[in-house]
Amino acid sequence: MSESPVKKLDCRGDQCPLPILKTKKEIQTIGIGEILEVWSTDPGSKEDFPRWAERTGNQLLKVEEKNGYWVYLIKRMK
Amino acid sequence: MSKPAKKMCIIVHSGTLDKAYPPFMLAAAAGASDIETHLFFTFWGLNLLKKGGFESAKLPGMMSIGTGMMKNKMKKAGFPDLKDLVKQTVEMGNTHIYACSATMELMGLKKEDLIPEVEKVLGAAAFIDMAVDADVTLFI
Repeated sequence: MSESPVKKLDCRGDQCPLPILKTKKEIQTIGIGEILEVWSTDPGSKEDFPRWAERTGNQLLKVEEKNGYWVYLIKRMK
Repeated sequence: MSKPAKKMCIIVHSGTLDKAYPPFMLAAAAGASDIETHLFFTFWGLNLLKKGGFESAKLPGMMSIGTGMMKNKMKKAGFPDLKDLVKQTVEMGNTHIYACSATMELMGLKKEDLIPEVEKVLGAAAFIDMAVDADVTLFI
């Protein structure tokens, strides 16, 4: 299985809880084992995404801080 | 493995804009996290469930004159419109909306006066039965 994202979700400018809400909806549109890339400017997302992934049984592969936003790579596990 | 299913129950007692957001921000985050949310709208909270209720919610008391300004500020900050947040939260699933039967009597409301997102009209005993084994209970 490829480790590159099959979809990208740009949530820059969205306030909490929209990034998590949109991520939940979007991850259901990709296959199990596939990867979703999410961009968020919400500073709360740094804590939200690891906890969300653990809570929902998905795998957060990578967090990367860019200039003014964060990039999350999430693998759909179920 | 994901964690076992959890449940949150919230009594929505207030009908003002500032207090209408938190239940849905929490329900949206919970729903996205596979946590079931039960929202029980009672007293002034029930006004929100009337058709057009979310759109006409204002800031409390004297601050109500600043409602438009606050809505603009929220829009600029990236907040979703309240009605839109409700729609997106309900669409995602895991959120259940109930209207308090006693308050409906008090305000002379019928189920058809309420938005279609209302799942059931309930009494306090039914809500307590849901809340008694919830993991999170809040009163807003």
